[in-house]
Amino acid sequence: MSRLSGTAMTLAYERRTIARDLTVAVPDRSFTVVIGPNACGKSTLLRALSRLLRPAAGSVLLDGEDIHRRPARAVARTLGLLPQSSVAPEGIGVAELVARGRYPHQGLLRQWSREDERVVAESMAATGVADLADRPVDELSGGQRQRVWLAMALAQQTPLLLLDEPTTYLDIAHQIEILDLCARLHEEQGRTLVAVLHDLNHAARYATHLIAMRDGRVVAAGPPGEVVTAARVEEVFGLPCRVIEDPETGTPLVVPARRRVPTARPGPGAEGAAPDRGATPAGP
Amino acid sequence: MIVLRTPGGLSLRLRPRAVGVGATCALLTMVLGVVAIGHGDYPMSAADVLRTLTGGGTPAEDFIVTELRLPRLVTAMAVGAALALAGAVFQSLVRNPLGSPDMLGFTQGAATGALVVVVLGGSSTMLAGAALAGGLATGVLVYALTWRRGVHGYRLILVGIGLAAILTGVNGWLLTRAPLMDAARAVLWLTGSLDGRGWSQALPLLVALTVLVPLVLLANGPALRLAEMGDDTASALGVRVPRLRLLVLGAAVLLVSLAAAATGPVSFLALTAPHLARRLTRAPGPNLLPSAALGALLLVAADLIAQRAVPGHQLPVGVVTGVLGGGYLVWLLATERRAGRL
Repeated sequence: MSRLSGTAMTLAYERRTIARDLTVAVPDRSFTVVIGPNACGKSTLLRALSRLLRPAAGSVLLDGEDIHRRPARAVARTLGLLPQSSVAPEGIGVAELVARGRYPHQGLLRQWSREDERVVAESMAATGVADLADRPVDELSGGQRQRVWLAMALAQQTPLLLLDEPTTYLDIAHQIEILDLCARLHEEQGRTLVAVLHDLNHAARYATHLIAMRDGRVVAAGPPGEVVTAARVEEVFGLPCRVIEDPETGTPLVVPARRRVPTARPGPGAEGAAPDRGATPAGP
Repeated sequence: MIVLRTPGGLSLRLRPRAVGVGATCALLTMVLGVVAIGHGDYPMSAADVLRTLTGGGTPAEDFIVTELRLPRLVTAMAVGAALALAGAVFQSLVRNPLGSPDMLGFTQGAATGALVVVVLGGSSTMLAGAALAGGLATGVLVYALTWRRGVHGYRLILVGIGLAAILTGVNGWLLTRAPLMDAARAVLWLTGSLDGRGWSQALPLLVALTVLVPLVLLANGPALRLAEMGDDTASALGVRVPRLRLLVLGAAVLLVSLAAAATGPVSFLALTAPHLARRLTRAPGPNLLPSAALGALLLVAADLIAQRAVPGHQLPVGVVTGVLGGGYLVWLLATERRAGRL
């Protein structure tokens, strides 16, 4: 079953068409991760699924209904999004920013219910920012800030949550911290997550369902164990590699092939003499 | 943050500081208003003013207060509030503290409309109507040029500045075409003045404020706050950003144009009032009501200064707001630079 799906979508910005006849389904209660090389259309797909981009053809269905036909606030109570970049208003405090996630549940005369208060406190606790509640967002580190934005999206209390490259700009420890947090939200709260990730190994480790894209098409979709194979990685990314078992989790781990030793040593100052990685066949 | 809740599930959230700023501004406006009404060729004490306002004045006092001085005061309050609201909306929409109708061409558009009437000849009612039409036409033009496929605040600023420059040129040309006497009158209008303003100038603006402030601006205040975090974030939270922009931009342009029709373009108020309000309330977001209250207070105060600064001679209020507003901007730039924020 799938509450969120896109059928025969053509996705385009003004004159540039990113994808044609694209069909995807997000399995319920999955942690779905979309992977693919730069400019393959994965962020565009996420924009379409989160109704930020209206498909030029085809449709996005949320609970069986065209997502653009439903009231914006009703959608926002079902489907949340953590965009790639958000601007924290100058001087805003952490608790106040998280509280803004309650907007779709509020009204002009229902500005701050006890429910709002409880959910905001829970969201801050779940993301470990409760101690920062009164701090200005401007003063936080990148990792803390990303957790605050995630808390805001959680406060929206949507069964479906879309994340556009949530780990970009973070160092490796904070990347893992955010992904662990996502995995916990998925497992403990039963939310359906859809994330665009750059790191293939992170995707293979955390996803329960992978969607691999190239040139606006879905090349493969399924559990990471089936999708992540050496042949598939080379097909999608043009990267010769070996796929081994992650010693920590048992999930697939992509190890890029060693650069072939050039037959003739490049002379001094001869730049660009290294062989084209994409054209060399896989190793062993 | 204070929360008020009723058993029926209704709840209101108020910032004590913002409420305090708004209430203080309103109170000071009242006090200055009484002073302003008492001031003039026929001076009245505060007690006399209050007695007359509550219906106990002599016919002469009654005439002076309700027909001459009160309408001028009410016009000042309404224009101040309207300009401040419009400024708060523009600054929020373009996410830039320089987003004000003076910078974005709406004021210049209103002036163009008024100057056309000056050149062709026409009554003061026609002049006000033309100013309104000029401001609204500029609004439509800016919208058409920037909003075609989702707008960025940056584009609005650039298009606005371009239009402002073009319209300033047009206005200069129109002034050179006007007969000398009319040109002098036009320049006075262009400075912004409250001199001789009566109920007929105040009324359209009061009606617009009564309708637009609750129905458009306050109703969309929370959404406007969210839009400051970026279009994607706001959309994800259920804000229909393009519709929001159209609504609040339309309301703000209407307020600016009506204000210009009433007094001529009063400079710098739309820029400084929301800015100052934000510093006083320390609250993020457009701060609509505190801005409006502060705008009314500032214009009433500026008019009082304009009437008293030079003995025996009234300055146009636009001169005062220009000098004070410009001074504030320079001071602000200097302090922000020292604080390393600029």
